[in-house]
Order: sequence, then structure tokens, then C-alpha cells
Amino acid sequence: MLRYFLKRLGGAIPTLFIIVTLSFLLVRIAPGGPFDQEKSLPPEILANLQSAYGLDQPLWVQYTRYLGSLLHGDFGPSFRYKDFTVTELIGQGLPVTAEIGSAALILALSLGMLVGILAALRHDRPADYTVMTLAVVGIAVPSFVVLPLLGLLFGIYVRWLPVAGWEPGSIRHLILPIVALTLPPLAYVARMTRASLLDVLQRPFIRTAFSMGLPLHTVILRHALRPALIPVAGYLAPAVASIMTGSLVVESIAGLPGVGRYLVQGALNRDYTLVLGMVILYSVVLIGMGLVVDLLYAWLDPRVRFER
Amino acid sequence: MARRRLLANPGARISLGIILALVALAVIGPWLNPNRVETLDWSFIAADPGIAHAHWFGTDRLGRDLYVRTLAGARVSMIVGLVASAVSLSLGLMYGAIAGYVGGRTDDVMMRLVEILGGLPLIFFVIFLTVVFGRNEYLLFVSIGAVGWLTLARIVRGQALSIRRQEYIEAAIASGAGTARIICRHVLPNVIGPVIVYATLTIPQIILLESFLSFLGLGIQEPRASLGTLIAEGAGEMEAAPWILLGPGVFLTLLLVCLNVFGDRLRDAFDAGTRR
Repeated sequence: MLRYFLKRLGGAIPTLFIIVTLSFLLVRIAPGGPFDQEKSLPPEILANLQSAYGLDQPLWVQYTRYLGSLLHGDFGPSFRYKDFTVTELIGQGLPVTAEIGSAALILALSLGMLVGILAALRHDRPADYTVMTLAVVGIAVPSFVVLPLLGLLFGIYVRWLPVAGWEPGSIRHLILPIVALTLPPLAYVARMTRASLLDVLQRPFIRTAFSMGLPLHTVILRHALRPALIPVAGYLAPAVASIMTGSLVVESIAGLPGVGRYLVQGALNRDYTLVLGMVILYSVVLIGMGLVVDLLYAWLDPRVRFER
Repeated sequence: MARRRLLANPGARISLGIILALVALAVIGPWLNPNRVETLDWSFIAADPGIAHAHWFGTDRLGRDLYVRTLAGARVSMIVGLVASAVSLSLGLMYGAIAGYVGGRTDDVMMRLVEILGGLPLIFFVIFLTVVFGRNEYLLFVSIGAVGWLTLARIVRGQALSIRRQEYIEAAIASGAGTARIICRHVLPNVIGPVIVYATLTIPQIILLESFLSFLGLGIQEPRASLGTLIAEGAGEMEAAPWILLGPGVFLTLLLVCLNVFGDRLRDAFDAGTRR
């Protein structure tokens, strides 16, 4: 198991390297620079600024320097947020993003599996149809439509929850953003769990389990669920990706001080280090989820472990 | 046969009907309405929706008619959806067909590349590209299209792998057809079934992605509008004028739900065909 994990981990490093290199080149190819302003700077000042940030060096020198500082865990200084390093900026925003993101992920997985199982047990009955219809709507409706609508309903018409804004430690402000982020992956998980559980329930070993007189909940929980969750585990990485992209818009609508805004703003401002930092952050999370999925596969389906 | 099975399904019929109605509305609707997309009506600024005055969905802060703007925005979203899907489908089709048909080392390298690209957070690269290379709408098509082709390439490659062992391919080789000709004339026409199914599921994803980018201010720019920009505008005015959000929001939702339902039913119809 450990060897399997290490092998996968080793495979992730080249991918990350490619991502860093590609993004580094992409931001540099772009026209414009971090010090472009309405009024152009005097050339001497611009030259001083560029040499202070090392931008006067050849590109490959900048690249190797950047890689070197990355290896020390240093994302470099932000070009636009003066006196802040990228690490500080991300460190400030990340707790908020991580809080709503992880809450949304946990809710989507647990509720999605629960609803999916219930729908599969009520196969071809009204409850099943209702759930699956709702799931299609949940998948189709984007979070940037859901959140304003929820805000309208709960924030303006019935006034239970704040429409937008943030206070440290306030959970009430996070409820609507979390719900908006949860719905699409929840619907996906429910649909996948239902489909795959229905498939597993057709298999001979389930018939055997029933014929041995095991009660329904034992058959489901002990025998059917584990193989049925394999495709759901595969959805984990896309779910995280969907929540991360969703949080870009959700944070801006709800006015939350997360890291979502840095990606778009950083790219618009040519804040090279900030954009790269964000891309690396997101990539690491996604690749990490990929590893978790691999481990889950190995746990859910032992045959995977012995694959060469 | 697949078509009869598809049309026997009420969900497929209803969703197809709604899709066609929405498309027709977006294409001809703006012409049938006295209001123009960019006309400002100074006597109705941020007016409520109503039948009594000429603005059925109300107007926005500048007095522009929201009914016409929603339909025109929907037209833009649909065009982006179609063009970007076409880009991503043709890319995935060619790539998958070449990898699957040529096989061997080429296949290994090409699929390894797909695997690496699949591991990248592509949506962030799209954001990146659109920001970095300016708000060029053609580039928007290309960069959105560039995201969707990976899955299709995998599907097509799988199909092409099995097609390449068929006897008619052997016959084509024997009669002296070149690789390019075989791929275009013999491989591609035979993988088209799953591709159609996948295409109907790609279009709503791409419309969603376009709205998402436009919502972030990276897609279609003022004074032109897509559903995404209209929703962004509405989300900002939600407390004072909720109807600005409702028109485009409901339109987009309805369109996406119906496209998804139809795609699902289409897949079911084709799947039942292959199982027999």
C-alpha cells in the first residue's frame, strides 16, 4: 500500500513541474506588465522597479530563480499588493475559502450518497423520479444563478440570513455560499451513487447475500455499498475542481474575503507571482485529490493494488 | 431505431420541444419586438416587468428592454456554445481517431499527453488565456473549445482501436488507401454515434462555461451581452431590481436543464441500441 502510494506521489511531481513551467511561460508571453498604469512611469523608476523585482534578468534566469525560491516554499512578493508576499495574501484568504469549500465537499458527498442510496432503494417509484429530476436541475443550474436567487429568497423576502458580507467567525454569512457550492456536486454524487448501486444490486453476490436471509440494511451497507462507491470516489477530484471554480464566483457574489478573487485580479494586473501562486495552489489541491482518489480506489477495490 | 426509441420518451420530447422553442425565440424574438437591444427608454428606467407597458421583462438601470436583451444574450450564448462545441468536437475527433487508428508508440505518446492535460486545472488556464490575451471573442471560442476535447479524444480513440481491426479497413488498406484517407473516410464516419451523444452533453457545459467567464467579466463585453453578463448585472442589482436577474437566470436554467435532459435521453436511446 505504501509503495503504491509513493509510486503515485512520484508521478505527481513531473505533472506539477509541467504546470509551473507552462504557467510561467504563459504569463510572460502576455502583453503588458505589472507596472503598467494609466500614467506611464518615468523610465528610470520603471528600470529601478524592474531590477528590484529581478525582471531585468533574462527569462531563463528569472525562471530558475523562481523555481529555486519555490523549492524553499517561497512564492515571492506580490507585484501589486505592495508590502505583501504571495504567501501572506494566500494565507489570509485561504482559511475562508477552505472553510466553505470543505463544508461544501463534505455536505455534497454525505448527502449525495444518502439521497442516491434512498433513490436506488425506491427505484422506479415517485421518490426516485423526484430525486432524479431535482438532480438534473441541480447539475444544470450554475452556482452564480443559485446564490443570487437564494439571497433574494432568504435574504430579502424572508430576511433569515444576510444576503452578502462577512464577519469573522460568523456562520450565518457562510450558509448561503456553502449551499450554492454544494448543490451541483451533491446532484452529481446522488445520480452516480444511485446508478452504480442499482448496477451492483443486480450482481450475483447480492442475490446470494439476500438468499442467505441477511436483512436489507446489512446487504446494502456491508456488501453493496463498497463496490458501488468506486465511481463516486472517481468523482472526488472533479467535485473539488467544481467547488474551487464555483468559489471564484460565489466569493465575489457573497463578498467573502477568500482567495478566489486573486486569480482573476492577479491575471488582469499581470501580478505574475500572485497568479502563479494561485495556479500552483489549485493544482496542488487537485493533484492531492487525485492521490486521495487513487488510495480510495485501492481501499474500495483491492484488485487495484496488485495491478502492475 | 434509436430515433423512435428517443421520441417515445416523454422527457426527450418535452425537452426537445422546449429547446427548439427557446432557440426560435432567441433567433427571431428580438425582431418581433418593437424594442431594440441598445435603445434606451428614458421614461422607463429600471421599470418593473409588466404587460401594460412595452417592457415584458422590465428594463435595466439604463432603460434597456430586458426581454430583448435576454433573447439577444441567449443568441450569443447559443452561438458560443455551438461554435466552441464544434471546435472541441473536431479537435477531439481528429486526435482520438489518429491515436486509435495509428496505434503503437504514437498512441502511447498522444494518450499520455491527454492524461497530463487532464490532470491540469484547465478552467484556470481558460481564465488565464482570456485575461492574458485580451477580450478577443474568437479566442474565447478557441479557449473554451480547447477544454472539452479531452474526454471525446478518449472515447473516439477507444472506438477507433476496435474499428481498426475490422475487415473493411483491411480492404481499404489492400486497395491502397493512405492513412489520412482511411481515417477520414472509414474511421470517422463509424465513430459518429457516441460523438453525437457526447456533443449534446458538451453544448450545455460550454454554454455554462461561457456564462461563467462572462459573469467574471472575461467573456462577452458591453454593450453586447450574453446570458452570463446579464446575470452578473442582475446579481449586482438584486436588492433593488430582482427582475434583472430573473429573466436571464430563468432562461439559462431552462435551456441548460432541457439540454441536459435531452442529452441523457439520447444516450439512453443509443445505449439500448448497442446492448442488443
